[in-house]
Amino acid sequence: MQRLIRSAVTLVVVIAVVFGLLRQMPIEGYFNNYDKMTPTQIRVGLERHGLNRPYLRALMSFLGNLLKGDLGVSNRYRVGYPINSLIAQKMPISMSIGILALITALALGLPLGVLMARSAISAKRFKAADKAGSAFIAIVESIPFAVYCLFIQIYGTELIRKYIYLPMLFSKENIATWFLPVFSLSLANMAMYAMWMRRYMIDEYSREYTRLARAKGVSEAAISTKHVFRNAIVPLSQYLPTSLVVTLMGSLYVESRYSIPGMGGLLVDSIKRQDNTLVLALVVVYTALSIAGVFIGDIAMAVLDPRIRLTRSQEAR
Amino acid sequence: MPTMQKQAFEAISDAASKALAGKPPFERAPYSPEAGEEAPHEAYSYWRSTMRIFLRNKTAVAFLAIMAALLVFTFVQPLIPGQKSPTEIFNDERGIQIRNAPPSREFWLGTNSIGQDLWSRIWAGTRTSLLIAFAVAIIDSALGIAMGVVWGYIRAVEGMFTELYNIFDNIPQTLMLILISYVLRPSVSTIILALSITSWLTTARFIRNQIVIIRDRDYNLASRCLGSPPLKIIARNIMPFLISVITMRAAIAIPNAISNEVFVSYIGLGLPLAIPSLGNLITSGIDKMLEPSLRYQLIFPAAVLCLITVSFYIVGNALADASDPKNHTI
Repeated sequence: MQRLIRSAVTLVVVIAVVFGLLRQMPIEGYFNNYDKMTPTQIRVGLERHGLNRPYLRALMSFLGNLLKGDLGVSNRYRVGYPINSLIAQKMPISMSIGILALITALALGLPLGVLMARSAISAKRFKAADKAGSAFIAIVESIPFAVYCLFIQIYGTELIRKYIYLPMLFSKENIATWFLPVFSLSLANMAMYAMWMRRYMIDEYSREYTRLARAKGVSEAAISTKHVFRNAIVPLSQYLPTSLVVTLMGSLYVESRYSIPGMGGLLVDSIKRQDNTLVLALVVVYTALSIAGVFIGDIAMAVLDPRIRLTRSQEAR
Repeated sequence: MPTMQKQAFEAISDAASKALAGKPPFERAPYSPEAGEEAPHEAYSYWRSTMRIFLRNKTAVAFLAIMAALLVFTFVQPLIPGQKSPTEIFNDERGIQIRNAPPSREFWLGTNSIGQDLWSRIWAGTRTSLLIAFAVAIIDSALGIAMGVVWGYIRAVEGMFTELYNIFDNIPQTLMLILISYVLRPSVSTIILALSITSWLTTARFIRNQIVIIRDRDYNLASRCLGSPPLKIIARNIMPFLISVITMRAAIAIPNAISNEVFVSYIGLGLPLAIPSLGNLITSGIDKMLEPSLRYQLIFPAAVLCLITVSFYIVGNALADASDPKNHTI
């Protein structure tokens, strides 16, 4: 409960900060054809948006509207179009891509981590898998996301084109076009999960109970799956919120690269068009999503591991 | 043999009682803080051990060499005679801009869509990006260490700082970065500001957690009882433990800043084209990517960027391992 209140407080603080920052913007961002307007028209327009009211009153009315579920209207991207329906159109597709990317990251990252850990503790000549995996992680972690996504888009498309026809941009109906965006969105999380999985597995391998199991004559495969893996996967749940945020932020880039009609692409577009109200609304939505992600992650951690009690989250993680 | 031992013992105690005749067995030494600081030194030097462990890592040494070569070349390049200006637009003899010329002897890496020399633009861009990255890394570490020390060491403010952190940590850094660069006009200093505002929080948290772990270890407790001032405890007892964390954060901050700059440029909030940076070079290269013959305009800047970020990442990680005193075995 206390945790919930903190999340709400955070959201309000963020909205206040964002709202204040965006008021520093030039006012062109609120009008469609600023250059041709007379000073009177501009004043009337500002009044309609409530922009010449003092900061606190404007903030309060924005928060009030937000509670009613109204995010305002777009000014430049699509003039006068309610932002709610824009987001309602675009949210499902972003969600499905994000969730698919998270599933891919877990489905490939965890086995990679297990493989690396098993190879790291094995005899010297089997260490190749660990080395290759570490190189993969180093590459994904150090090369900017924006750059490797781009190269996946260019060369991935060309590679797949040799076998089946594939357009470079996304289309909802063509399943083949889902593959590359989801894959590139999942890479960062995949590397993260593989890295931590490897580390926790190796930690668990050096525990007493593993040695006991080995001494009892339990097979290596059974030790890995029944003992080590189960214990190692628990602390991994603490990275769930991080990976949610990573996916959300990655979607900004991926969606605009593949012109996926989702929210991330919309935010990039609204920034390029300087549509202030739309930027504000989207930033609020994104912050709310990532706060919700962290919140759910904390709860998931408490559910998965009974040793963690939520009161501990009063400390900084 | 017991008898021999007994004789030896008696001989020694005889000699001792003769030497101490009339004096008390222990004398009270005058209190002197300097003498208290003089610890018996072993043949152990922190930096020498760090160097030795680092040099054992052959991959990291190779990348350090690449990194050093790149850094030196980036800053020496404009001084080499015969280099072109990165912003000059080149025209052919008919006065037409030499647009999108493929790599040749005249233009080593070709020209861009308005006839500027890509080779010199790449190095000028690398200079800008590195300048931004180093500035961000310095501000990030300075602010992060200062705040982290206050947060971790002074108990009175700990609760408040933690609450504040929990609130601000929930804001995704990328969003913060977008917002700040959206509101401020793009220039080198605003990009530095936007990047460092978003990154120091993580550093401060790292430092704070480390300090909380070692703050109440026995040796620090002892120092406090002996009356060392807090600043001295922080500087002499705690900081050496943190060097590895700080090195790693600073080394990771540089590739992070470079890639954030690329991202900000991509969404149209980066530096103006008149100031070449790796971010806007790559962004303008993206426009050319659909034509394989012009793809060099994307590939060359991206290659330089990847070399820099990969080498900083690997060297940083190796240095962090090497500078951790726990890995030092004599």
